[in-house]
Amino acid sequence: MAKQIIPKKHPMPHQDPKVRAKNFDEVALGYTEELALAEAERCLKCKNPMCMKGCPVSVDIPEFIAHVKERKYEEAAKVIKRTNALPAVCGRVCPQENQCEKFCIVGKKNEPVAIGRLERFVGDYMVNKEAEIEKAEATGYKVAIVGSGPAGLACAADLARLGHSVTMFEALHTPGGVLMYGIPEFRLPKAIVQKEIQNLKKMGVEIETNAIVGQIASLDELLQEEGFDAVFLGTGAGTPYFMNLPGENYNGVYSANEFLTRSNLMKAYCFPQCDTPIKVGKKVAVLGGGNVAMDAARTALRLGAEDVYIVYRRSRAELPARLEEVEHAEEEGVQFLFLTNPTKYVGSEEGWLTGLQCIKMELGEPDASGRRKPVPIDGSEFVLPVDVAIVAIGQGPNPLLTKTTPDLETNKRGNITADETGKTSKEGVYAGGDVVTGAATVIKAMGAGRVAATSIHEYLMGKGPKKN
Amino acid sequence: MYQIISKKALAPAIYEYEILAPKVAKKAKAGQFIIVKVDEQGERIPLTIADFNRETGTVTIVFAEAGYSTKKLGQLNAGDAVQDFVGPLGVPSHVDKLGTVIMVAGGVGVAPVYPIAREMKIAGSHVVGIMGARNKDLIFWEDRMKEACDELFVTTDDGSYVRQGFVTDVLREYIEKEGNPAMVMAIGPLPMMRAVANMTKEYGIKTMVSLNSIMVDGTGMCGACRVTIGGETKFVCVDGPEFDGHLVDFEEQLMRSRQYKSEEQQAMQQSSCGCGGGGKCHG
Ligand SMILES: Cc1cc2nc3c(=O)[nH]c(=O)nc-3n(C[C@H](O)[C@H](O)[C@H](O)COP(=O)(O)OP(=O)(O)OC[C@H]3O[C@@H](n4cnc5c(N)ncnc54)[C@H](O)[C@@H]3O)c2cc1C
Ligand SMILES: Cc1cc2nc3c(=O)[nH]c(=O)nc-3n(C[C@H](O)[C@H](O)[C@H](O)COP(=O)(O)OP(=O)(O)OC[C@H]3O[C@@H](n4cnc5c(N)ncnc54)[C@H](O)[C@@H]3O)c2cc1C
Ligand code: SF4
Ligand code: SF4
Ligand code: FES
Ligand SMILES: [Mg+2]
Repeated sequence: MAKQIIPKKHPMPHQDPKVRAKNFDEVALGYTEELALAEAERCLKCKNPMCMKGCPVSVDIPEFIAHVKERKYEEAAKVIKRTNALPAVCGRVCPQENQCEKFCIVGKKNEPVAIGRLERFVGDYMVNKEAEIEKAEATGYKVAIVGSGPAGLACAADLARLGHSVTMFEALHTPGGVLMYGIPEFRLPKAIVQKEIQNLKKMGVEIETNAIVGQIASLDELLQEEGFDAVFLGTGAGTPYFMNLPGENYNGVYSANEFLTRSNLMKAYCFPQCDTPIKVGKKVAVLGGGNVAMDAARTALRLGAEDVYIVYRRSRAELPARLEEVEHAEEEGVQFLFLTNPTKYVGSEEGWLTGLQCIKMELGEPDASGRRKPVPIDGSEFVLPVDVAIVAIGQGPNPLLTKTTPDLETNKRGNITADETGKTSKEGVYAGGDVVTGAATVIKAMGAGRVAATSIHEYLMGKGPKKN
Repeated sequence: MYQIISKKALAPAIYEYEILAPKVAKKAKAGQFIIVKVDEQGERIPLTIADFNRETGTVTIVFAEAGYSTKKLGQLNAGDAVQDFVGPLGVPSHVDKLGTVIMVAGGVGVAPVYPIAREMKIAGSHVVGIMGARNKDLIFWEDRMKEACDELFVTTDDGSYVRQGFVTDVLREYIEKEGNPAMVMAIGPLPMMRAVANMTKEYGIKTMVSLNSIMVDGTGMCGACRVTIGGETKFVCVDGPEFDGHLVDFEEQLMRSRQYKSEEQQAMQQSSCGCGGGGKCHG
């Protein structure tokens, strides 16, 4: 290699951990132009860019970074937006260390290029610009999008651009899906999500909030009575799983969805000025080790909890959360109890949670997958005194829609069955995102939404011009 | 925004609103509920659908001022609007020709009982209504209930109207005299539903109750509304709100209904800071 490579990524400016652990402002402040230009120089513009193989939507990484080097940020944004509709979001929340950056060639000997941070820089640059609205001529076809998470948002944007008339139905009072109710402000400012939604509206997409498909109209009614020619289902994985341990219904035991929804969507962080209450607790245990667990733990700290524990049955290396979030959580003072498995909730006579009984685990023989399986250590039970516990062990699909659509094929976990083009068992009905794959990532959901948009477009065009 | 078409004060601190929500009205069925959110800062308040009119596109709700959020709702007037109104939520009541069904309503429970009684009668059941309240002032919709039921009994805890006694007293008298009905349905405060369920268990009468657990989204997404039914966890918003009263863990429900007692008192004491909800009050 001819060029001398700076071994490390240019560090991201952050709010000081002590300060940020008490506020909801964004933690990572974003690259300045200077930092972005310097980081862009680290990219080798590979002929055979390995990084792209790690990106679920194959963003043309070398090309967009080359535009950054030339300070042509709008050009850079155009390149990203060819495959990723939400760079400001994905730059922030993609698990880059397992995706694009994992494969970056620079990362072989040094730290990889900070692709995510550069993508965020470009995305943020565009957030303050008026989006150009390029729309094809109206086709006359009507498409319904059910659910306004990343899958639905991406699908709606593409279909609107292709000239279809798009109506989006959202069960909650605010569109955005997990981006609004789940991922906290300090990681993904809500203004960014709302800006994307404004752009959709400018493109003519109609958004109906407070509209639960399955309750307000069935899928068949949308197709047969309300005049929709096709439907995309992006209803997500919203049903929280519990561990079914004794005492799970004590007061003080939350699902992460409830805790985060109260704080994010209902703004309980400003209770009592906002009307929805939340029990914060002095000592809080969070069960699980993914992004959802990190978000719940860090939210609890910000709401004023004194001790927050992550209780995880495997070791640090297996934590499924984004590395950056784990590091941030540690810096902010979240305490990690690894190789620890909850066995029971302990409560008072009056029904309040007082502790979480756990058992210590050790790594046993490798299992079929080659991973060493945690096994309980006999007699190692102990009670962690906590007054709030937050269960963050995963979510399944919401059954409200599938329950009322018996002819829509689902698998045994309740996920909608769809092929790689998003097509379901029902004519004119497509699906994508977490409702198909189970809980996954923002970029995968978005990618699936875009693939489905292409299929829906082909399906509609195959019918010829719209007849009235 | 969803407009309040009419407002009636039915009793002290109990209001009836007709709200314009054509899509909800179109699909509403007896036994279902809606969630209303007054404004940007508002809490999501679940309320039963007390009536609906598909022609005018309106949904009727009846609520008691129980705390901060229902008081705030109660301050609105005809012509005002609420920001969010979502429904119909929950599984509709199973309405059928069942022989005699006894519909027991305690307090504000008259409102949710009314449409179910009406539908049961239309379906061909012999509907016996029993409605009770603490005193005469708190009795409302007696006229509507009279129409919806084949027989109606009214009672007050203090005897200030018709007779003195609890709904369970009237229920026992009726069963002793007429024999077991096909079904009893009870809607009202938890202790009242528990009392009814305990009593009908003695007689072996199938009994349905409608639970008012604390909710957030009402779509099965948060688990706040969970309840133990026959040893199994269910979500009231999507699996209910009606459950077999003999299987409900009432003690747990009572305990869970008190989860936010201290916050609820705090909410009642404060007045708005004016941050508009978008303010980062902790920042
Ligand atoms: C707390 C948390 C943190 C996360 N952190 C990350 C992260 O850092 N990085 C990452 O890549 N991924 C993360 N994820 C995962 C990611 O958010 C999801 O994979 C993604 O949002 C899935 O998108 P979706 O569009 O399929 O569904 P969702 O975002 O779940 O949206 C579905 C929407 O559909 C609505 N809906 C459901 N049923 C109906 C109906 N019948 N009618 C109308 N509307 C309906 C729901 O209300 C919801 O708004 C996180 C998830 C959570 C919960
Ligand atoms: C399916 C369902 C149907 C209902 N139908 C009616 C009805 O037709 N008429 C009526 O007057 N009331 C009804 N309720 C109860 C009503 O929702 C509560 O009285 C109201 O939410 C109290 O809010 P608050 O802020 O005014 O009072 P708070 O002071 O906050 O609470 C008073 C009590 O109400 C309960 N409560 C508090 N928050 C909630 C919440 N988010 N969801 C449910 N309960 C809560 C608690 O047990 C609490 O102790 C229903 C509840 C459910 C779940
Ligand atoms: S979308 Fe995500 S995975 Fe793809 S390049 Fe951007 S940050 Fe990397
Ligand atoms: S692999 Fe790394 S160095 Fe090569 S193009 Fe991709 S980001 Fe640049
Ligand atoms: S209210 Fe959230 S799951 Fe029932
Ligand atoms: Mg309240």
